[in-house]
Amino acid sequence: MHDSGTPVDAAPDMDVRESIRGYIKDNIASLGEDGLRDDDNIFEKGFVTSMFAMQLLAHIESAFDVEVPDEHLNLHRFSSVERMAEMVSELRAVRRE
Amino acid sequence: MGVKQSVKMAKCVVWDLDDTLWKGTLSSGDEVVVDPRILETVKTLDERGILQSIASKNNHDDAMRKLEEFGLAEYFLHPQINWNSKSSSLTELQAKLNIGLDTFIFIDDQEFERDEVAFVHPDVETIDAADRFLLTDLPRLSPVHVTEDARRRRLMYREGEQRDRSELAFQGPHDEFLRSLDMVLDISPAGGDDLLRLEELTHRTSQLNSTGIHYSYDELEKLIDDPGHDLWVCELTDRYGSYGKVGMALVEKSGDQWTIALLLMSCRTVSKGVGTVLLQFLVKRAAERGARLFARFRRTDRNRQMLLTYRLANFHVVSRDGVDHLFENDLEIVRDYPDHVRVNVDA
Repeated sequence: MHDSGTPVDAAPDMDVRESIRGYIKDNIASLGEDGLRDDDNIFEKGFVTSMFAMQLLAHIESAFDVEVPDEHLNLHRFSSVERMAEMVSELRAVRRE
Repeated sequence: MGVKQSVKMAKCVVWDLDDTLWKGTLSSGDEVVVDPRILETVKTLDERGILQSIASKNNHDDAMRKLEEFGLAEYFLHPQINWNSKSSSLTELQAKLNIGLDTFIFIDDQEFERDEVAFVHPDVETIDAADRFLLTDLPRLSPVHVTEDARRRRLMYREGEQRDRSELAFQGPHDEFLRSLDMVLDISPAGGDDLLRLEELTHRTSQLNSTGIHYSYDELEKLIDDPGHDLWVCELTDRYGSYGKVGMALVEKSGDQWTIALLLMSCRTVSKGVGTVLLQFLVKRAAERGARLFARFRRTDRNRQMLLTYRLANFHVVSRDGVDHLFENDLEIVRDYPDHVRVNVDA
């Protein structure tokens, strides 16, 4: 699903992806080796421990000042950089309402 | 089912030094002495598997030298000897030991210090040093059973400190560090010898715990012989030694319908990713046996990581009643074990 794409959000969204991708590559060597694409499924490419998932969640929440509710804690939303970035922009949109 | 506990057991006693652990004030040049009954108290608590530490305003090196002289230094984990507030020392200890603040007992002769800690950390129980000889009689410090794991607890925390130091020194990604540990996870059906430890785990574990239900020894004993249940226990070992029996899973089996009634992992293993592996074992097994796999989950303010563990293992919510959830895994995604831990299944 595509959002209506307000221009103001376009640039920050790139920052979000960059930040999430960087965090993953710094912490999971097996995901950083031959480049991590934004649509790669991180669970298929490498082993993600729940500890790392918690750290990633903490990174997302503090870096983008959002709180991820329980309903969003699922495999689909965390499966790729792209989906996590989408989640962040959704949560930011809710916050602005 | 589970047994309600009237009193939450304490896991760590934090001692003040001057006029509490010893008599006299070290920094004013007193020749401090330790009452033999206090030596005995420290050793008794240690044997019971109660962790101990220090929160003292003193010169660190002088105080540690004294503790060495008394033969007491080894009993205290992460001693906080500095000029900071005692509440900040408790904060530091909570983070280092990774146990709940409501499992700490702080003992100090100064009313001001006790009040300061109680003000910042209302969950910490504070005790006047006048009552120091009564510590070993406190119900919160008197576990009914003392397991092998409890007796070795301080040692296992020390091994943990070594791991933490090497993790800090390790320049590189987390998964490479995990690989460097050479972890082995042994999963087996629980036997009679495991029951005390499992009872203890259900009482002590809150963070990596799917339902928080306490099971008594007797209840667990019935479950191991019950064909309608599988009770699994796992032990984790790495190159620094054994973490002991750190995890358990209870599966209710009704025909081809399996329900994970409890999944837990000791908080000492929180950064090792083995909770995910134990859950993966259950997913694999259910898939092999052609069973449907459900799990009960009770959300608390402490178990977000366990929620994440289940959800990222592809469990989805079937139904929900307040904080109680029923999950199901459709078993469409069955992954191999990670290469940083060797899994031995004895079944």
